[in-house]
Amino acid sequence: MTTAPSFVGRLSDGFWRRPRLLLFLLLLPPLLWLGIIYLGSLFALLAQSFFSIDQFSGVVKHELTLDTYAELGRPANLDIIWRTVLMAALVTVASVAVAFPIAYYAARYAKGRWKALFYLGAMVPLWSSYLVKVYAWKLILAKEGIIGWIFAKLHLTPLLEGYLAIPGVGGNSLSVSPTGTFIVFVYVWLPYMILPIQAALERVPPSLVEAAGDLGATPAQTFRSVLWPLALPGVVAGSIFTFSLTLGDYIIPQIIGTSARFIGLAVYQYQGTAGNVPLAAAFAVVPVVIMGLYLTVAKRMGAFDAL
Amino acid sequence: MTAAVAFENVARHFGSVRAVDGVTLDIAPGEFFAMLGPSGSGKTTCLRLIAGFEQPSSGSVRLFGEDVSQVPPWRRPVNTVFQDYALFPHLNVIDNVAFGLKIAGQGRAERTRAAEAALEMVALPGYGARKPAQLSGGQRQRVALARALVNKPRVLLLDEPLGALDLKLREAMQEELRGLQRNLGITFVFVTHDQGEALSMADRVAVFNDGRIVQVGRPEDIYYRPAVPFVADFVGSSNVLPAALTGQGRPGAVRPEAVRIVAEGGVPATVTAVSFLGAATRVTAEAAGTRLTALLPCGAARPAVGDSVRLGWDAADLHLMGAA
Repeated sequence: MTTAPSFVGRLSDGFWRRPRLLLFLLLLPPLLWLGIIYLGSLFALLAQSFFSIDQFSGVVKHELTLDTYAELGRPANLDIIWRTVLMAALVTVASVAVAFPIAYYAARYAKGRWKALFYLGAMVPLWSSYLVKVYAWKLILAKEGIIGWIFAKLHLTPLLEGYLAIPGVGGNSLSVSPTGTFIVFVYVWLPYMILPIQAALERVPPSLVEAAGDLGATPAQTFRSVLWPLALPGVVAGSIFTFSLTLGDYIIPQIIGTSARFIGLAVYQYQGTAGNVPLAAAFAVVPVVIMGLYLTVAKRMGAFDAL
Repeated sequence: MTAAVAFENVARHFGSVRAVDGVTLDIAPGEFFAMLGPSGSGKTTCLRLIAGFEQPSSGSVRLFGEDVSQVPPWRRPVNTVFQDYALFPHLNVIDNVAFGLKIAGQGRAERTRAAEAALEMVALPGYGARKPAQLSGGQRQRVALARALVNKPRVLLLDEPLGALDLKLREAMQEELRGLQRNLGITFVFVTHDQGEALSMADRVAVFNDGRIVQVGRPEDIYYRPAVPFVADFVGSSNVLPAALTGQGRPGAVRPEAVRIVAEGGVPATVTAVSFLGAATRVTAEAAGTRLTALLPCGAARPAVGDSVRLGWDAADLHLMGAA
């Protein structure tokens, strides 16, 4: 016997008969969001970069031109791009090196309470304010900060000063050196690297590692030929975060490091103080292009084969 | 002759759990040896001790006379077929099979040829380009076998390799494994919880319980002359009789086909179930709290459920066992 269904019941029945309708309704809001707000603004940005600014009036001229890109190609601007890309690459490599062992431990060995502790340890830094963390690091890295203090206690101050004297990486203190910028970037983005690698390693059955050893592979060979290829999708996912976040960040280089500018800072200044929105847009296009290239290369190299 | 695998009073403890608790064992070269036991009995840990995935807490493991207790897996002359096959998902079948040869430094052409020959041996020629995910369970099992055998191990370890296969495939693979072992002359050490598999395939069987070996012997010994009630109970359909029922102060085992309904003597029992099997009738009865099964030939008088009967057997059919 069937009873007469209520309104909600009739709705459910209707969806059961037309499952595609339900799927469509569920996907409509995210598609609108992604399609119009996200891609739309990205397209607007892209369009802006093909306009130029009138040097005298400072008004944006709405005609298509490559002038802004020519301006972007000036040595001073290329310098900013190169510095940012190099920093992003170094931060990414360092993040992988630090994150991998942590992720491996969490995926293979941590159980129960330790696993919970791991997630807490990886996530808590994400909960606290980004600015608070960056300013905390400013204190840690300052001349009288804890790192300087530790070096002094260990009678290693000359070592630190010797390092800070190296041009290109050093400075007056760690907090105003490119090294300081690098350390803080690695710290701030590390969770975004740990979690995807851990997720990838979690899906590698321990028997695969044993099988590699059983077939004669030393631990180093097992890492190269089994663990690394299987973790690579996670590493690439993590590096998308660390790389693109570093490419776009404008706060850390402002607070910690030299006055040398990064892409994010350039975007911030050109569209804010300088009012040169087309150049800011052109700068903002750079990370998008770089990430596109990066993902293409990663795909070519088979980074997603194990997905 | 030096044993292929020798355990000398080996123990492996995990915290307070004694997974393996004082095992002494010799496996001869070229032998097909089965480790049989329920889950948690220590048989798989023993296999992992041979492979080197576990180190003994005490005692020593020898391979062909050499103490390998301190030797890591990648330097042992053994290869393993894993229960879940452990095929590398990112490599195709050929690269999976050739993995050990690549590690050993063989050139691509040479190792590809060897891998293809190994695939031929396990009846999977032409499957080299596929990924493990594109294979059926039985095919994966063969690839795992080829991947281990291509390295020409001196001992092949098999951890429940047929567990995930359906019955028909399992029976076919049992015969194939047996034939392969005979042709290659490699020592096979085979872990299983399936007594039928162990008895039908192995030259010798070790029955494990609670981290110890309770009996080692040829399949016939294990089947017809179980040393202790546990073996009789685990391995066969034998009736396990407590000492009170044998009247000899020791527990015993008697095969169902040897049990008869007798007019006098024997033990009093109450029939609890009767089922007609065609060639015989199976009668289940309870005698002093022990369940006994008798297979009566057709033509014999059939009791009814609830009947009080006396069950007897020839003294020669009663196999006496140790108490433990």
